[in-house]
Amino acid sequence: MSYNFKETMSKTERLAPGHRMCAGCGGTIAVRNVLRGLHEGDKAVIGNATGCLEVSTFTYPYTAWEDSYIHNAFENAGATLSGVEGAYRVLKRKGKLDETFKFITFGGDGGTYDIGFQSLSGAMERNTDMVYVCYDNGAYMNTGIQRSSATPMYADTTTTPVGSESNGKPQNRKDLAAIIAAHDIPYAAQTTFIGNFKDLHVKSEKAIYTPGAAFLNIMAPCPRGWRYNTPDIMEICRLGVETCYWPLFEVVEGRWILNYEPKKKLPIEDFLRPQGRFKHLFKKGNEYLIEEFQKEADRRWEELKFRCSRG
Amino acid sequence: MAKRDRLSGNEAIAIALRQINPDVFPAFPITPSTEIPQYFASFVANGQVDTEFIPVESEHSSMSAAIGASAAGARSLTATSSCGLAYMWEELYIAASNRLPLALALVNRALSGPININCDHSDSMGARDAGWIQIYAENNQEAYDNMVQAYRISEHKDVRLPIMICQDGFITSHAVENMELLEDGEVRSFVGEYEPENYLLNPECPMAVGPYSITDYYMEAKRNQAEGMKHVEKVVLEVAKEFEEISGREYGLFEAYRMEDAEYAVVMIGSAAGTTKDAVDALRKQGQKAGLLKIRLYRPFPAEAVAEALKGVKALAVMDRAEGYTNHGGPLGADVLSALYRARAKALAVNYIYGLGGRDVRVEDMEGVFATLKQIAEDGDTGETYRYLGIRE
Repeated sequence: MSYNFKETMSKTERLAPGHRMCAGCGGTIAVRNVLRGLHEGDKAVIGNATGCLEVSTFTYPYTAWEDSYIHNAFENAGATLSGVEGAYRVLKRKGKLDETFKFITFGGDGGTYDIGFQSLSGAMERNTDMVYVCYDNGAYMNTGIQRSSATPMYADTTTTPVGSESNGKPQNRKDLAAIIAAHDIPYAAQTTFIGNFKDLHVKSEKAIYTPGAAFLNIMAPCPRGWRYNTPDIMEICRLGVETCYWPLFEVVEGRWILNYEPKKKLPIEDFLRPQGRFKHLFKKGNEYLIEEFQKEADRRWEELKFRCSRG
Repeated sequence: MAKRDRLSGNEAIAIALRQINPDVFPAFPITPSTEIPQYFASFVANGQVDTEFIPVESEHSSMSAAIGASAAGARSLTATSSCGLAYMWEELYIAASNRLPLALALVNRALSGPININCDHSDSMGARDAGWIQIYAENNQEAYDNMVQAYRISEHKDVRLPIMICQDGFITSHAVENMELLEDGEVRSFVGEYEPENYLLNPECPMAVGPYSITDYYMEAKRNQAEGMKHVEKVVLEVAKEFEEISGREYGLFEAYRMEDAEYAVVMIGSAAGTTKDAVDALRKQGQKAGLLKIRLYRPFPAEAVAEALKGVKALAVMDRAEGYTNHGGPLGADVLSALYRARAKALAVNYIYGLGGRDVRVEDMEGVFATLKQIAEDGDTGETYRYLGIRE
């Protein structure tokens, strides 16, 4: 697919300005760029799990959404869009609707990895013709930075606080993209904000226009939860990719494809250091924690490369 | 031209749904309502309906998908029982607050625990404040007739609220009875096409559903729901009148059985009303003025009409097939007694908890209740008003 940065960025915004998301929020960047994957003229119904995005973009009586939009609850964005898509099919079949609609739902990692996991799994397994987009900021940010199953190991969150007996979250994060890929859906991919946004754009367009279920996992940093210098979001994402903490890949009809391999893989400290949630790892005597983090990142990276090598 | 048939309550509901031909039916099985989606799936498999049947992975998702479909502009529904209803609890409130007309075929079953698959009303009674219209049936015929009337009430422009069509688990859902079915065409023209005004899939005008609303608007939203509820009684009666024209069967807010001159009355919901009618008939033969008030529309509660129907009664027993754990009775008891208080009624009243988890209620049990009422009237004293029927103490 050819990609023109200027053209893509000049597309009509489908999430209007004036919403109440934080300045520099990764979630909003994810949404605006995913929606650029829609072709001009195509209509969409957007679903949304409860979270920052919902409470900040549809505060009665205002909505920032140019397309039809439905928020139902926290744990059921997958099922809700299944119902909308079912309605679309039957109205088409009965000749009550001519227009093409696409179905895209957004959830944070809380609504996706955790409380909404069952509903998501059901919608994917039924191969619902929709894209589920997780904007993964690695904690329950809306309720005030509590750990989720997407939170990386050793992150300092309000429910895994660092203390005299605690180094932050004791467990590793769940590999959700692999779990969803194991549903054998037509398209699953992992991406983030990199360079000219080509990776995110191409994957969004593919996900939206692949018939059947599609899933996008987008690392979307949260400046408040991660405690980095807000304007540095692009650098944080780049470091996530260059350290192989957040690899870019696709699973197309069961075939694993690695989209980017750093020429020189950076050490994990480079990704951890700018983030306040990992500050304690850089205290004297805690070097072994970084080593463990590195070991797990390496193990996952090798596993991913192995999957991709099999094609 | 009506057709006579022998059907279980679940089959009767499934046939009503086939005749209605709804747009979207997401479902997850749970005893004793499982047969409804099962029968319906066979209608889909054989091309007898146009419906999109979505076999979801839980009841939370079945109601979530029904809400999505209804918001999208489709006529939708689901079916469930007991823990399935409990699991979709938050969704019940969301359906109602979004003013979505959709239907739920509920087959009443006890809530766990202990886990029990048999009938009581603890499931739907717990959902009584969720903002849904609730209509209950005594038998299979009523379950079928109520389902045929459901969308006309729920979709009415003055109402636009979800509706729960309830029947008793196993007692009516699985028991086969003789009944009369309407012709498919009669049902279709009675129910009519669904023409939503605003919906997600309207290509002319996008819509946003499910806002965040804090102190500045939340209360108005709730008041708005209450406004819809206010119109329900009138619409239920209008729809019943039209239904009578095609079926010959008469429905109201409740059924007053031999209440004209009744001195002792039982107020109850559901299949045990059939048993109570036998008790009333037996007592009437003995010259006793017994009567029954069987509630059909429970939410909204037709308080004024109920009080009016009970105004000549000396003593009454409100029968609750669900506990309320208030230490003084169940939910129907609370509703009936507050209706009587507002009407300044002087009748002596007791409130029985009965039939929990499928505990059988016999004609003799109900005759015993009437005998107690007679004694209460003679003594001029109710004694303990919070009672259990048929319990081993």
